[in-house]
Amino acid sequence: MAQLTYREAIRAGLEEALQSNPETFIMGEDVGAYGGSYAVTKGFMEEYGEERIIDTPIAESGFVGTGIGAAIAGMSPIVEIMTINFSLLAMDQIVHIAAKARYMSGGQISVPIVIRTVSGGGNMLAATHSQSLEAWYARVPGLKVVTPSNAADALGLLRTAVADPNPVMYVEHSLLYGSRSEVPDEHYTIPFGSARVARGGTDVSIIAYLRMVPVALQAAELLEEDGIDAEVIDLRSLLPLDTQTFIDSVHKTNRAVVVEETWEFGGFAGEIIAQINEKAFDSLDGPALRVGGVNVPTPYSRPLELLTIPTPEMVADKVRSLF
Amino acid sequence: MSTSIDSTLPRSELLTMLRTMKLIRRFEERSAEHYGRGNIGGFLHLYIGEEAVAVGVISPLRDDDKIVTHYRDHGHALARGMDTAACMAELFGKSTGVSGGKGGSMHFFDVEKGFMGGHAIVGGQLPLAVGLAFANRYRGEDSLVVCFLGDGAVNEGEFHESMNLASLWKLPVLFLLENNGFGMGTRVERASAQPIIHRLADRHNVRSHREENGQDVFAVRQATLDAIEYIRDGNGPYFLEVMTYRFRGHSMADPIEYRQQHEVEPWLDLDPIKLLSDRLLENNLTTEDEVGAIDEDVENEVNEAIQFALDSPFPTPDELYTDIYA
Repeated sequence: MAQLTYREAIRAGLEEALQSNPETFIMGEDVGAYGGSYAVTKGFMEEYGEERIIDTPIAESGFVGTGIGAAIAGMSPIVEIMTINFSLLAMDQIVHIAAKARYMSGGQISVPIVIRTVSGGGNMLAATHSQSLEAWYARVPGLKVVTPSNAADALGLLRTAVADPNPVMYVEHSLLYGSRSEVPDEHYTIPFGSARVARGGTDVSIIAYLRMVPVALQAAELLEEDGIDAEVIDLRSLLPLDTQTFIDSVHKTNRAVVVEETWEFGGFAGEIIAQINEKAFDSLDGPALRVGGVNVPTPYSRPLELLTIPTPEMVADKVRSLF
Repeated sequence: MSTSIDSTLPRSELLTMLRTMKLIRRFEERSAEHYGRGNIGGFLHLYIGEEAVAVGVISPLRDDDKIVTHYRDHGHALARGMDTAACMAELFGKSTGVSGGKGGSMHFFDVEKGFMGGHAIVGGQLPLAVGLAFANRYRGEDSLVVCFLGDGAVNEGEFHESMNLASLWKLPVLFLLENNGFGMGTRVERASAQPIIHRLADRHNVRSHREENGQDVFAVRQATLDAIEYIRDGNGPYFLEVMTYRFRGHSMADPIEYRQQHEVEPWLDLDPIKLLSDRLLENNLTTEDEVGAIDEDVENEVNEAIQFALDSPFPTPDELYTDIYA
């Protein structure tokens, strides 16, 4: 077991992909000479050359569509969108072409592209640079959306994403890059649609993804002091979604709180709660609840920004309200 | 109309070009009829009047070249040699259609023929064409990608992003603008600050040309050959604007209230099919009898396509869930 940061795990997965397939290339804004906005691809251009580590103009629709076209031609591109906020400029290509080309062609086309992007707030970047939009894409049939919360999952899910013949949105979180965890030395992959029990417990199921997983784990520690034994479920992928793992958990704990970083209104937590109502209603001792981001454009000022994102204390308070 | 018949083309090929243009015309006239009968739904965008562009551009392509196009795609599909019956079946929403009945009029696909789709979000097909050409270049292949677009698409950001990328990376893309004067019902002059559209290519250092005689299949073909030569020589993309005219409305739902009959009529005199057949007759390259035989042959092919479409099954309910993921 090696201790790797989230960033190092993603780098390792990218290098594996580049080394194993000459038709894999990385394309995006400042992925080459600059080394990546979050330094994930630092040094790659020197190692793999400008033909494969390709700096693009600031033209998200253009270069994401280029990657999609290359994927349709049978290549295995990995395209980086610097942040998920900018993915809105490429949404036409992602939603209308990548997600639909196979269906609309009656199965003639595959789109084996990995679109890496970075989600989340908490960096004092204000409203246009702090959004968590991954759940929007999880509503689009034809796409896959994965959300690693730690280094081991990041590598295992990236390997699966690279091997997948479908368009995969691989969503990283800007505040997780430096987080460190144990990564198995032997080769492993993590299938999509396999949630993980991040912490076993008996009294309540806290369901989360991406950076809300460490937040949920910290909440569980706070709850320990109250004698509440929380189970934490890390969804790991939003589409496909593993419902069985959290339904099984709710059957056991009889309580559920869903946590997500993005706006609570109309969010993905609502979908999870609907699934719980449909499949585990009789097991519930109280309503399935949610903790999401505050429904405002994210403010710049630090004290205000901190109010917008769920904290361990907010999650613990919500759980306590069920007891 | 000054261009002469391309003397390098054998007579058989000239007749094939005439036949293909007639096939596109009859395919669409009969499609309109079946739209009226309720056998075809959704949008039906007819290409009638623009046939010389599809045939002039596509006939000189190689089998390994690729085509990406917009929603007015029937003419391009038939010019590429896609199966007429399977095209008609697609319009009827049948499982035997070129896209399994899941795409419809605006989304014809035939990957084996290098026909990489009709795409229905204006401008959305352009980055895709750049990506296909990127793969060609990466692999060291000398095939090219033809990307059809309409005059309405050039005001989209994706047009400029794609032109810049293709030029920056010297990719083998032929951007083929079919300028039929209108983006839906909005005249080019009311939508583009630069109505001489091919001049937009200068901004991106892309070689361009406007072919005024877009109703003349030989003129279009010659302009295309020039563009192909430039691209295959490794010079990067080329932007060819072809002036043409949409004889019918934007779609079957269009009452055409935005243009007057007196402006349409001169264009109707420039019917590309009549121009071609008259020219062949004048030059004794065909006879009235031979043209009549072609008409009959085309009519039979379209009739058979309609019968095939009528006889074909609709997709079964379980096909709702297939082809979402590979």
